[in-house]
Amino acid sequence: MTSRSGTGVADRVTSGIRDRVGDSTTRPDGAQKTRGEFAFSSDLWMDAMLWGKTLRSPHVAARIRSIDTSPALAMPGVRAIVSAADVPGRPTFGLETPDQPVFASEVVRYHGEPVAAVAADHPEAARAAALAIVVEYEPLDPLVDPEAAISAPPIHPDGNVFRHLVIRHGDTGATGDVVVEGAYEVGMQDQAFLGPESGLAVPAEDGGVDLYVATQWLHVDRDQIAASLGLPVDRVRLYLAGVGGAFGGREDVSLQIHLCMLALRTGRPVKMVYSRDESFFGHVHRHPARMWYRHHATRDGDLVKVEARIVIDGGAYLSSSNAVISNAVCFGPGPYRIPNALIEGYAVRTNNPPCGAMRGFGAVQACYGHEAQMDKLAAALAMDPVELRLRNALERYDRLVTGQLLTGAVPVREVIRAAASHPLPPTPDPAGPMMALPGGAGATADPAHVRRGVGFAVSMKNIAYSEGFDDFATARLRLEAGVDGEPIAVVTIATAEVGQGFVTLAQQIVREELGIDRVVLGPASTVDVGSAGSSSASRQTWMSGGALQLSCVTLRSELVMRAAELWECATAQCIFDEVGVVRVATGERLSVQDLLAPAPLETEQEYHHRPTKALDADGQGDAHLSFMFAAHRAVVDVDPELGLLRVVQIATGQDVGKAINPVQVTGQIEGGIAQGIGLAVMEEIVVTEGKVRNPSFTDYLLPTILDMPDVLATVIEEPEPGAPYGAKGVGEPPTISSGPAVLAAIRDATGLPVTRAPVRPEDIALVWDQGTGKASRA
Amino acid sequence: MPPEGEVPVDTAGETGAPAESPAYVQADRYELEVNGTRETVEDAWLGETLLFVLRERLGLPGSKNACEQGECGSCSVLLDGVVVCACLVLAVDAIGSHIQTVEGLTASADVTDIQSALVASGGVQCGFCTPGFVVAVHELLRRSPDADEMEVREALSGNLCRCTGYGRILEAVRDVQRSRAQSSTGQTLSGRPFGEQSFGAQSFGGSGDVA
Repeated sequence: MTSRSGTGVADRVTSGIRDRVGDSTTRPDGAQKTRGEFAFSSDLWMDAMLWGKTLRSPHVAARIRSIDTSPALAMPGVRAIVSAADVPGRPTFGLETPDQPVFASEVVRYHGEPVAAVAADHPEAARAAALAIVVEYEPLDPLVDPEAAISAPPIHPDGNVFRHLVIRHGDTGATGDVVVEGAYEVGMQDQAFLGPESGLAVPAEDGGVDLYVATQWLHVDRDQIAASLGLPVDRVRLYLAGVGGAFGGREDVSLQIHLCMLALRTGRPVKMVYSRDESFFGHVHRHPARMWYRHHATRDGDLVKVEARIVIDGGAYLSSSNAVISNAVCFGPGPYRIPNALIEGYAVRTNNPPCGAMRGFGAVQACYGHEAQMDKLAAALAMDPVELRLRNALERYDRLVTGQLLTGAVPVREVIRAAASHPLPPTPDPAGPMMALPGGAGATADPAHVRRGVGFAVSMKNIAYSEGFDDFATARLRLEAGVDGEPIAVVTIATAEVGQGFVTLAQQIVREELGIDRVVLGPASTVDVGSAGSSSASRQTWMSGGALQLSCVTLRSELVMRAAELWECATAQCIFDEVGVVRVATGERLSVQDLLAPAPLETEQEYHHRPTKALDADGQGDAHLSFMFAAHRAVVDVDPELGLLRVVQIATGQDVGKAINPVQVTGQIEGGIAQGIGLAVMEEIVVTEGKVRNPSFTDYLLPTILDMPDVLATVIEEPEPGAPYGAKGVGEPPTISSGPAVLAAIRDATGLPVTRAPVRPEDIALVWDQGTGKASRA
Repeated sequence: MPPEGEVPVDTAGETGAPAESPAYVQADRYELEVNGTRETVEDAWLGETLLFVLRERLGLPGSKNACEQGECGSCSVLLDGVVVCACLVLAVDAIGSHIQTVEGLTASADVTDIQSALVASGGVQCGFCTPGFVVAVHELLRRSPDADEMEVREALSGNLCRCTGYGRILEAVRDVQRSRAQSSTGQTLSGRPFGEQSFGAQSFGGSGDVA
């Protein structure tokens, strides 16, 4: 096992071919992106294209009495209006179960649900026409309390409980010497990718449609679109347009079906670009969660049992709620050895905005609970919180509360020690710049009253799809001689590049396996290659990386076979090395260039990960492929009188298996931490009685460059058995325990219980007694 | 907070019966000076923002449309040398001004030292915020070449990035400051070839024309 700190990792150079696995290769699309020339999905255009606009419900729950589009259709420049009655095929869509209407027909179940869509000559004409559609609603009482939803009358034919999952492990009646209990809450976070939902649909001569769109999974979008259009899948062709971030928010269909319907109806290309306001209504969010925990331990600090009840609010439609609650429950206790457990989870349907995938899903919410509990337990035991975590840390060959035996790399202690061993920041300088204090440019804090706290949190999450899902990725690789004779590798893979840098890794993998410097990536589409699966669950390095590696190995064998034929010898006599094929007996060589001269080579390979199993009635089973671990230490300055905060530093240790591109790994760690801090201290979609109150970047706050602290990162490289190059995913862990560490630091600074994320100023200031300098009530 | 209109996602629209001749139809012809070139805008609604006109009428989509309400900086352009959000400027209000967009920073296929550093340091992920950062960093280092970290952070605090957490972007700015300080020619903004990076790019370059 090796670890490396900081970010200045020197590149490795091997045999003349640079930018291989392990190097900090730069992005192939980087220069284009800095020049503004990379075409994102909102940058597309065609001659004579129309503009689409969605009409959305202003009501949280309502019956639709009537829709009158005639005044809107009569407006100048308006070419078509479509609504539920116009959906040619399946009226619903959904990632797992198609329970969500393409357009609301009889009933509206959430604020902002699509009701109709317009195509017009100009975006302003489309917007004006959408406003002119007359919809008669009969408002209904919304169901907005997730606890009440469990037993309330169903608001959807499929019922209100998406999934009820119970884990019973060991002796559920066991008790410990020391027991701590707590209730915790996490708010609704938005992915807030910067590139809004957008795309261009072009009607095709075969009666089908070509859709250029930003998404996380082309093939599953295609299947849902084709079903609703009533078309065979081969007549719905998706091409990945430039994706301006995703973070889970592009897993579900948003404008895809609407756009295709408008293009087919008008016979013209139609472009649609959500405004930022609409984007907040147009995609699923991170599930808000309410959690109750009770931890039992011995007097020595060994965990005896974890009891928990976790309720997540899935909003109006299913999306990926079933997988989210599974993660919340499976990883509910965190990365600790738990002999006995009783954990219950509910994912429920309400009239709140639909929730689904966001970076770290399920594990993020649970981490706020289990890590607050570990601190509470440490306090009850008078133990150091880091010591308590080290004492109970999972190791290889331990079992999870699902009974799954851990056979891979489990460097929990290593990530904890790495995070804890970074230097702490200097103590605050009372004479330092006001900008560096809580409140920043507002210059509101009294430096003498600012308190500093330090908090710690550890997390785990699964990689790739779980619970028996046949998770696979497909890659196509072609080797050909370029015009100058030098070999070129052409990679065709439907992997959604959403910013994570798979395009860089793809080039590195081909260079590593074949020693070919020129690696060209073809467009990602549903046309030329099979599914790559979703760019989510930290899975593409492993899955698409695995498919590409397999393709390389396949063509390497074919190069060896070509050499053996030319030499008329056994393939066992031929070895592929960095430069080409060597004949062992004679030392003769054939370069890749020589071997490709007669004809190109091509292969398409599917990579499936080891099968996983369903969870049984007691929540037991080998449901997951592999696990990632991370630890975070946060240093936070708090001005308790105003409830203002400044995160000063985050130190982290992260288990990555192998850093295929160290700079990109650093970028994932820092970016993931920014989203974790955001959830901890500022990001929340405020929903009252089902209504979204802050759908804008004015009212929904994202961390700016002034909010981001210094990040000190140590990457732990313990190779994961069975994973290509031993690499685990890296995207999600930074978002999981960074936020809980920040809350722990706020508790440390103030002594307040702080049980809810995000922490709002009033959560501190209104319970702070200025006279005593302590919590006035807990 | 938005009003609760028929379309909850829009705040600018008025509900009610459609007018005979909606406001958006009022069109005109005008000229803008963009990246040193006079561009004619034909038959355009006068309510269009500079961002819309650049992106949709003049073929300059480098300025990005992340929020279109002046919060994110992804549409940053220079208007008579001052960084503005193009989404908050009516195109017709920019008549007579010098407009410089990210596309105008370099000749074709060149990148500036700032653009090069952003790529090399890992400051680019999805890239949607990148053009705005490029414009803002150019303007910052022209104005204040030796800006300390707090000044850099303050100057860039109007540019949101959702992918990077800003660490690699700060690193890129530091790299440029260091190399410019070491360079005898100092403050050059001229581009330098970035040829090896142009190979193997995803084939979504150039214009957004998919026809």
